[in-house]
Formats: sequence, structure tokens, C-alpha cells
Amino acid sequence: MSVLELEGISLGFGGVQALSGVDLAVEEGTITAVIGPNGAGKTSLFNVISGFYRPQQGRVLLEGRNLTRLRPPRRASLGLGRTFQNIALFRGMTVLDNVKLGAHVRMRTGVFSAMWYLGAARREEARVREEIEREVFDFLEIDHIRRHPVAALPYGLQKRVELARALAMRPKILMLDEPVAGMNREEKEDMARFILDVKEEWGITVLMVEHDMGMVMDISDRVHVLNFGQVIASGEPAVVQKNPGVIQAYLGSGDVNSLRERLMGESA
Amino acid sequence: MDWLFFIEVSLAGIGAGSLYALTAIAFVLIYKATRVINLAIGEMLMVGAYLFFALGAGWSLSWWLAIPMALVGGGLLGMLLERGVIRPMLGENPISVFMVTIGLGSILVGTVELIWTSAPRSLPGFMPDEAIFIGEAFIAPNTFWGFVIAAVVIALFLLLFRFWRGGVALRATASDQGAAWAMGINVPAVYSLAWGLAGMIAAGSGILLGAMSGVSPEMAMFGLTVLVVVIVGGLDSVFGALLAGLLIGWMESVVGVYLGGEYEHLVTFILLMLVLLVRPWGLFGSHEIERL
Repeated sequence: MSVLELEGISLGFGGVQALSGVDLAVEEGTITAVIGPNGAGKTSLFNVISGFYRPQQGRVLLEGRNLTRLRPPRRASLGLGRTFQNIALFRGMTVLDNVKLGAHVRMRTGVFSAMWYLGAARREEARVREEIEREVFDFLEIDHIRRHPVAALPYGLQKRVELARALAMRPKILMLDEPVAGMNREEKEDMARFILDVKEEWGITVLMVEHDMGMVMDISDRVHVLNFGQVIASGEPAVVQKNPGVIQAYLGSGDVNSLRERLMGESA
Repeated sequence: MDWLFFIEVSLAGIGAGSLYALTAIAFVLIYKATRVINLAIGEMLMVGAYLFFALGAGWSLSWWLAIPMALVGGGLLGMLLERGVIRPMLGENPISVFMVTIGLGSILVGTVELIWTSAPRSLPGFMPDEAIFIGEAFIAPNTFWGFVIAAVVIALFLLLFRFWRGGVALRATASDQGAAWAMGINVPAVYSLAWGLAGMIAAGSGILLGAMSGVSPEMAMFGLTVLVVVIVGGLDSVFGALLAGLLIGWMESVVGVYLGGEYEHLVTFILLMLVLLVRPWGLFGSHEIERL
């Protein structure tokens, strides 16, 4: 069953068509990857799904419910959690505060009642916090840094804290925008393992944009390829990998060996 | 040198400085949450004082009724300005927004002069008026109680900012709007909240200032010194605003008494220049503050 569906999404900025007629379905319980060359519209697609951009045409459906007119906070409370390409943590706060903010959408006491009914709000906060510490921190192995200010953490850990914050939202769909960009090999392997566990242990559907082909091919169940704002191929990783259109649009030019050959050829 | 006199002058200065600090917090709150440099903060303060004047003197309400009403009025004014003027400017060049707040200030002054003329008024008294002595040093009761009230409000505000979930939402929005938006924080509501709270705090400082030195449209000039305070403290630092507020209040008082009133602002602006030369982002501001 598709948990998230995009129907005929078109988005333009002035004269530039970032997305044109994108149809895409994310099956429940899968890891679905969106790949494509730079500027293909991947991040625009993410921003349409989470509501930062409003498409000129098309619909976004979460479990059959039309989200197109809803604003980002509402979508977050309906179950869309995400991370950002450039880490978007709340700098100046601790790891714990950042992750707790992820649980903001799940709090039932409102912001104002939290001021009047301090007792109830306090209890709820304590419960959520305990839950986060037990589940999220242990799972992502960041318990030892929960009191640290996020700004001082190394890059790989910051990425992990961002994942923790999104998990604290208990989303139906976890959207990851380049989860392993800029990481070293070991950090990448850790992150890939966490993403697989999110799917398998937490039962959360994952939708990710990623450039690292090795990781995409290893852990995704389905891959959609975007080029110039259009979906040019969809399917299982092994199938997509062999699609000639994809090779031409993306894998070919991104392939290190062919790039090296071309560079060598030019300098010779 | 007469030390007792120096201490008295210093205490008076710190009392005045506490109002700078309080108003500066309102400014910083708006800047942190919405990245707007609000030059109309002095005018918002003035409107708060006039609201209290109208309710307390005009309608002869007792002060414990008139003050909360004036505070609520100041809060509503802040929210109205945000919703009606600032939000439609979202995404515009920061300088345009900055200019708009200057315009807003003029409109507020003009409105106040139309309703109450520009004649100075005095507020109905609401603070105890027995003389206060700390040791042997005398402090004017209005200054003393003004300081106490400002300190309590500031402490309350810091607690809210730190522990209340709305305060956390505010800090999150200040830190990264996009992320806050995606975490389910209603960013426009946070904008309203910030301007509402700031309007309330500004009205409160207006009432205290009015109690110390009377009410007139010229009170709005107070905002200019507050601007110096926040630039010296670092636009986005609450702690910097507090410290710079007290420091500048104290300096003005000492300089005014020992060198003469005409030097007060001179020294303030020399301090501003020095700080800008050495630390353009202010004493405690974050480095990434953009230039205007």
C-alpha cells in the first residue's frame, strides 16, 4: 500500500521549471530513494512534500489524505518527519533539547495551557523525555552526549542528532535529505545501519535523497530517478541501475572512472 | 571625592539602566524571533505609558486595574503591528523592513500627539513614596521600585524563555526557522507571540519610565539609547542587553552629574563607536549577525 503519493506535481520558480508532472508513490515499510544529478529537483520535491513550497499543480497524499493545502507544522503533526541537507539543528541548545523539540508535535498539552497547568505539562514533558532517552538515545547511541551543546559536536554526530530529532516525532514517513553527505566511510556505514533499523525495528517508512550510489543501491527497496524535474525511471535498485536512460543522465557522468578517463584525455 | 554622593549617583544610574535593560529585552526578543530591527520600540514604550495615563488619569481607574490593561494594550499593539505591517513584509530586504519600523514610529508619535497633544503629563502614582536608603545612600523611591519591578519582570522573562514550551518554541524559531517549521512549530504564531510579549514589556517599561520622569511624546527618544544598548550588547544576546543596559544607564548618570548633561549622549555614542570598532557584532552577540 502506498503511504505517500505524489500526483502530477509541477513547481516553477519564475522561468525555471523545477518539477514537471512528477508522479511518485512510496510503499509502506520500504526505504525509497530519490536520486538524480545536481539540480534535478530532488530537494524541491522534498520541500513540496513537507510543505515549504506549494506546487502550482498536483497533489500530495499521505495515507489518502490530501495535504496540498496544509502548512508544514500541520503536516509534521500528521506524520511527516524530516532532516535537512545542510544540518538544521537548533544551535545553542543541547542535544536533549533539540531532540525534545522533535516531540513537540506529540505533546497534547498546548503551549498556552502549558503555562497555566504547569503540573500536567511538566508530567507530560517528563514522560516524553523519559521515552526519548530510553528509545531514541539508546538506539542511535548518543546517550553520552545528550547534555552537550550541538554546535560543538563533530559533523557525523550532528547528522545523527538530526535523525534523532526526526525520530522523536514518531513520524509515519521519515524524509532524509542526503543523510550521509560529507561523511567518512565509517560514519556512512553507521548511518546506513541506523536507517535500515529505522525501517525494520521502528517500522517507519523512509524516503531519502542521496548521492552516494553505493548506499542507495545497498539499502533501498525502490529507487526513483529524477532528471530535469521529471521522473525518468522507477524500480528496484538493480533494475534502475541498468536503465540506459539513467546511466546516460546520471550514473554515466557521475561515474568516477569515466570522469577520470575524460579528464585524462583532456590533459593528454 | 565624595564617595557617598558617587554611590547615590551610581544607584540612580543603575535604576535608569534597569529600564534600558528591560526595553532592550523587548527589542532582542523581536530581533531573535523575527530578525527585524524594530526602531519603533521607543514609540511602543511611549504608547504603553500613554495607555496607562489614559486609563489611570483619564478614566480614573485604580492603578492595579489600569496597569494590566495598559500592558495588554501594549501587547495587542505589538501583535497588530506584526500581523498588519511586518508579516506582509516577510522576505523583503531587511533594510526595507527596518525603514518601515521607522515609519511606524512616526505614525505612533503622531497619533499620540493628536490624541493627547505634546504637552508633558504626569502619571498617577502607584509606587510607595517613602524615601529609600541603602546604608546611608539615598535613592529616589520611583527609581528604586522601578528597578525592583524591572528586575522581577526580567527574571520572570528569563524563566519563561528557558522553561516554558512557548519559550522553547521561540528559541527554536530564532535558531532555525525552517527546522522549527518542519518540527511542527507554528512559526507565524511564534512571530505574534514575540511581538505581543515585546509590546507588553515595552509598555511596562514605558509605565515605569513615565513614573520616574513623566510622560511626553519625547519618551520615544528613549528608544535611541536602547538601540545603542542592544548594539553594544549584541543584537541577539539577552545577557548582553541586560549588562549593556545597566552599564550605559550607570555611565550616563555618572557622566551627566560630573561632566554635565550635554556629555551624556556623547559618552554613550563614543562607547558605541568603540564597541563597533573592536567587536562589530557587539559584546555578546553571535558572530554571524549581518551588517545593515
